[in-house]
Amino acid sequence: MPLYYDDDQAMLAETAQAFMSEEGAIAKQLRHWRDRDCKDGFGHGLWKQFAEMGFTGMLVDEDDGGLGMGHVEAGIVLENIGRNLTPSPFLSSSVLAATALKHGSDDVRGRWLPGLIEGEKVYSVAIDEGAKHRPETIACKAEKSGNGFRLSGKKDFVVYGASSEMIVVAARTSGDDSDSDGITLFAVPQDASGMSHDSVRLVDSSMASHVTFDGVELDGDAVIGEVDGGRDVLNAMLMAGRVGAAAEGVGVASGAMDMTVDYLKQRKQFGKLIGEFQALQHRAAHLYSEVEIARAVTIKAAQLLDGGSEKADLMASVAKAKVAKAAGLAVKEGVQMHGGIGMTDEYDIGLYMKRDRALQEFLGDMYYHAGRVAEMSGY
Amino acid sequence: MSDLEAFRAETREWLEANCPPEMRQPVRDEQDIYWGGRNATFKNDAQKAWFEACRDKGYTVPEWPKEYGGAGLSPAEGKILRQEMSRMGARPPLSSFGIWMLGPALLHFGTEGQKKRFLNEIAAGEIRWCQGYSEPGSGSDLVSMQTYGEDKGDHWVVNGQKIWTSYADEADWIFCLVRTDKQNKYQGITFMLFDMAGSGVTTKPIKLISGNSPFCETFFDDVSVPKSYGEDCPGYVGEINRGWDVAKYLLGHEREMISGAGGGDRTAAIGAAMKRNAGELDAVLRAELAMFDVDALAYTAMGEKFLDEMKVGKGHPAQPNMMKYAGTELNKRRHELMMAAGGSRALEWESDETSGGKPARNWLRTKANSIEGGTSEVMLNVISKRILDLPGA
Ligand SMILES: Cc1cc2nc3c(=O)[nH]c(=O)nc-3n(C[C@H](O)[C@H](O)[C@H](O)COP(=O)(O)OP(=O)(O)OC[C@H]3O[C@@H](n4cnc5c(N)ncnc54)[C@H](O)[C@@H]3O)c2cc1C
Ligand SMILES: Cc1cc2nc3c(=O)[nH]c(=O)nc-3n(C[C@H](O)[C@H](O)[C@H](O)COP(=O)(O)OP(=O)(O)OC[C@H]3O[C@@H](n4cnc5c(N)ncnc54)[C@H](O)[C@@H]3O)c2cc1C
Repeated sequence: MPLYYDDDQAMLAETAQAFMSEEGAIAKQLRHWRDRDCKDGFGHGLWKQFAEMGFTGMLVDEDDGGLGMGHVEAGIVLENIGRNLTPSPFLSSSVLAATALKHGSDDVRGRWLPGLIEGEKVYSVAIDEGAKHRPETIACKAEKSGNGFRLSGKKDFVVYGASSEMIVVAARTSGDDSDSDGITLFAVPQDASGMSHDSVRLVDSSMASHVTFDGVELDGDAVIGEVDGGRDVLNAMLMAGRVGAAAEGVGVASGAMDMTVDYLKQRKQFGKLIGEFQALQHRAAHLYSEVEIARAVTIKAAQLLDGGSEKADLMASVAKAKVAKAAGLAVKEGVQMHGGIGMTDEYDIGLYMKRDRALQEFLGDMYYHAGRVAEMSGY
Repeated sequence: MSDLEAFRAETREWLEANCPPEMRQPVRDEQDIYWGGRNATFKNDAQKAWFEACRDKGYTVPEWPKEYGGAGLSPAEGKILRQEMSRMGARPPLSSFGIWMLGPALLHFGTEGQKKRFLNEIAAGEIRWCQGYSEPGSGSDLVSMQTYGEDKGDHWVVNGQKIWTSYADEADWIFCLVRTDKQNKYQGITFMLFDMAGSGVTTKPIKLISGNSPFCETFFDDVSVPKSYGEDCPGYVGEINRGWDVAKYLLGHEREMISGAGGGDRTAAIGAAMKRNAGELDAVLRAELAMFDVDALAYTAMGEKFLDEMKVGKGHPAQPNMMKYAGTELNKRRHELMMAAGGSRALEWESDETSGGKPARNWLRTKANSIEGGTSEVMLNVISKRILDLPGA
């Protein structure tokens, strides 16, 4: 498959770009909700519009009422989300939760997918149990109880957790904390008694929860996939999420870079446009190269994932790490090259830096993923 | 089975039957590369057999048209052939500046007569070419070059000096930038082709920090360059005084080749190989290798995207500059890390175990990657101006 968008994808890119730069624009969404101290951190109206655009269920199979598209397409939407810093539950709901739900029974899919597709419901995922992403170790326990399970433990960094109708929780149903087997995924409804959120605002104005499960009683039909056999589903979900987060990061990087390059063409100092100074030109050109390479590997990873390639896992980590490097550079250079104005709240470049920091941590930072690349390569 | 799958199967079969086992090993030294030319000798029978099989099949230049010595493969077929060759670790049957640089320029700008003659010679490895661009006073600022050709009607008389001419002492012909109009900087250069055995051409090797001397100073002393080598076969490419267009086009291909975008292992991941060579890796070195591998694997994807886009005319025309910049900086980093992992063994300059100091010599050679074909700084200038559209200084 050639590494560029086919006609349908190019059309989707145009649509997504027009929509996100209009409806998802920084002033209209991120700043708007942030300045109102919105408890959700995103607008439900926009989520409804996402549904009308056909975005919410794009990864859901057509038999289940979705569009049956792939990760390249989801990446196109995410890149534009990133570029406009559009706060939305797309990544957590339509990519991560949707990928998990694909592995659910008819009942599970029938219960949760329609609400997602219609933009009525928002879902999140609960994986991490500490400050760093370490999905190899899962201590959260779900013990057999009657026909169902009793869930206890804690999860961190559950993005939009408190606004979600359902949380996909990875819990241990047997074995030791770091065992590969013995994991089960559960669809835990928000109203489950015994679940509590300590919801906090993050640096990028999004909301995330520390979630405590204090003997939460779950029906047997909360199980997604096989009991004890959830590791594969978890991995599939993580891969989809990482490739998605990489695509969003490409958008953040490109958005920050474009703003900066524009600024270099406008700002005058020493009687010249600062973009005439070679010291800045070379850094901008280096940045451009890094962002393009990050974009290439992200599309590659998405294509491999769509093609069911066994290399997808490796390339998802490469993409997540490479994008982290490129986007990190883009926002740092962005603020620096804007000079004093880059430090102000009023100017948008700082918002890119904040979003990038949150995205860096989400589903593993570049150190984690570079480490995975080394392990998967046998060193 | 689709046509392409059938092509892959056929290709695999052909390669299995025709590529001798000795030619399925990494290139270890200069003798392992066959450059062709009038004075060429083969290192061994396997190298000869492999070259001849490929030549007869059109596989020295697989994507060139059949009438010019190629195999007329489509881009998709060409990609499959490269993949299959790299899968079995096959060495290139023929390496040459004719294939990488002059050929593409002739395909684009050449007359039918030039193509018939020169492309076929290149494909058959009969003539070895070198590139006469740089001069002592004109490196990055190439267009300032001064070598002058005086118009004598049916020929020019060329005087001047070139420098850094790779393999000038082993080359048969030179493609050479010559000023033919002193008044006009950009539109006063002609892209000439001439035989270096003619009188007035001398070369003097320059030794490199790697200990090898693959390039030369090249002197022209009243060299006579015909305007024509026969019907429809001019002694220059493109138009007289418009050689700069050809030179720039060719540089695009040179940069692409140096960047490693065409494939090969110049930019591949190395962590695993370093562990096999060096045993347990220091934690910080392992981390650096991992970060390198991330960049290398990502760059490999970029190379693929770049080639895919080029084939359908998508992408920015200045993109080869980006590939060259990123690819060569990556290759230098790769060899720094290989030296670090190799430890004292990698320092050996003349031992058998290192095939005559290959790691150290290669490491030193890679330092030229970000200089030859235009320096990294010049690539960054081009990216800023032509892609990012930043204002001129
Ligand atoms: C937190 C904070 C506190 C401050 N406090 C004070 C204060 O108390 N009093 C006060 O007077 N000022 C203060 N400043 C202002 C500060 O001194 C200026 O921001 C600084 O001098 C840079 O100027 P600028 O913001 O106009 O950026 P610009 O000069 O517009 O620079 C923009 C970018 O271009 C680069 N650039 C500019 N010229 C060149 C060149 N010739 N070559 C290469 N690159 C170039 C810069 O390095 C920068 O990256 C403060 C700034 C900040 C951020
Ligand atoms: C191994 C090797 C093989 C080569 N083979 C050939 C060959 O076959 N034929 C041929 O014609 N040439 C060949 N070259 C020459 C090569 O193209 C030149 O060396 C190259 O273009 C740089 O020119 P220079 O060496 O004169 O350096 P200079 O142009 O003198 O540059 C010196 C330094 O200044 C920097 N610099 C120059 N201008 C600028 C600017 N505007 N902005 C910022 N920085 C700048 C450069 O980046 C460099 O770091 C070869 C070179 C090498 C190393």
